[in-house]
Amino acid sequence: MNGVLRETWLVLRYNVRLALRQRAGMVFSALQPLLYLVLFGPLFAAVGTWEVLVPGLLVQLGLFSAGLAGFGVVFDARSGVLERLRVTPAHRAALLLGRVLGGSLTLLLQSAALVAVGYAFGLRAPLAGVLAGLVLMALLGIGLAALSNAIALVMNPDLFAPVMSTAVVPLTLLSGAFLPMSMAPGWLDALSRVTPFRYVVEAVRELFAGRYLTPAVAAGAAVTAVLAAVCVAAGTRVFNRENA
Amino acid sequence: MIMTSGLRKTFEGGVEAVRGVDLTVRAGEIVALLGPNGASKTTTMRMLTTLLRPTAGTATVAGRDLLTDPRGVRGRIGYVSQGGGIAPAEPVGEQLELHALLYGMRPAAARRRVAETLERFGLTHLAGRPGAALSGGQRRRFDLAFGLVHGPSLLFLDEPTTGLDPQSRADLADHLRRLRAEEGLTVLLTTHYLDEADALADRLVVVDHGAVIAEGTPAEIRGGAGTLDEAFLALTGRSLRDGGPGTAGVAGTVGAGERGTA
Repeated sequence: MNGVLRETWLVLRYNVRLALRQRAGMVFSALQPLLYLVLFGPLFAAVGTWEVLVPGLLVQLGLFSAGLAGFGVVFDARSGVLERLRVTPAHRAALLLGRVLGGSLTLLLQSAALVAVGYAFGLRAPLAGVLAGLVLMALLGIGLAALSNAIALVMNPDLFAPVMSTAVVPLTLLSGAFLPMSMAPGWLDALSRVTPFRYVVEAVRELFAGRYLTPAVAAGAAVTAVLAAVCVAAGTRVFNRENA
Repeated sequence: MIMTSGLRKTFEGGVEAVRGVDLTVRAGEIVALLGPNGASKTTTMRMLTTLLRPTAGTATVAGRDLLTDPRGVRGRIGYVSQGGGIAPAEPVGEQLELHALLYGMRPAAARRRVAETLERFGLTHLAGRPGAALSGGQRRRFDLAFGLVHGPSLLFLDEPTTGLDPQSRADLADHLRRLRAEEGLTVLLTTHYLDEADALADRLVVVDHGAVIAEGTPAEIRGGAGTLDEAFLALTGRSLRDGGPGTAGVAGTVGAGERGTA
């Protein structure tokens, strides 16, 4: 088997086992969107629909889960694990990709759970739309986890937690996760168009509404794919730095 | 096993951490890089283990060119850093198995090697524990297991006995000698403890301010002096333990560079 693929698979398998063992962590990083679903959803449903809210909460989940996946690297750098792995002949891209795919898989599991709870509350999205939405979430997870890992290696480790957990809040709000940005005043609408996550939210909303071949879906898919590609490339560069 | 020529490292900002090290370590030797804190022992070792790219110079490590084939070097060496590399939450045995697999071993072979290595260091009963549940001595033995699980021909040990009690230090010396006798292992270690260098190594390379200032057997280095401490004082004009007068500033700057990570 090709070296990079094999090593990526080994690191991924290890990370998945770890995540499954630490189920509390997985539940905790999904807790915020879940609380919104349970405590804010019924209120929102009075004026809007679950098919509008749940996609927003999925992107919020992406930011809070995969967006903070770099925590693992901060810990591994601190405990010397990262350096120990960097002295093995494993490709450094594989050390990154294994983690990133692990983060994406975790997000996928959490997303499925969130959608399931949404169904219990009254979400009525077509299965095909939900599956397409989950594919988009997996891709978003790859991009966000790669970005988060790269930032974790570059940033002062003491600042990573406070900065990142603060940064995901405006990014979530600007994505229009809680209320569609079409309701926003001009300046806020313009600001939200600069962030990539708005397009993801809008695409998943279309998919959940059963509309598949629309400009919004195309834009969301394109933005997510570009985000993933750029972030994986940037992450690989960072992981390869000081590579003698 | 190691041959360097004019190895240099200048960090951003112009700190010359290593200024032209020529080092030869033959197969089967146990060599100690000895020097005070800030002498750039760690920077030298991080270059030889491919973690830092040298600014200048050439080196062959375990038969591979350090600059053109760093992955080849990595596959043939083991490295145990000062702090080790054990994750606190996961069972150490699983960490060790992943580590072995990343060296390209097949799953069955990796499991066998992990079992043998655990057995050798008396760690089998601890394999299921998370890293955080290990004592200092146990951690250090696991660190050694990580460095050796893939059966390298050359092992790098950075400050291997820091934080170990005298018994564990003696055990480490026994392990290294046994590995050399049984498997022909070559070892390069760093230390600022004179007694440790004397007890562990066949040959000492004394470094200070990023350059080799003396090398030889412990007896040769000792020369007329009664202890290595005195010998070091004679070689460098300052004591090994306290840094000595008038050198703190220089040692401080180089020390800052030495902590630079990849």
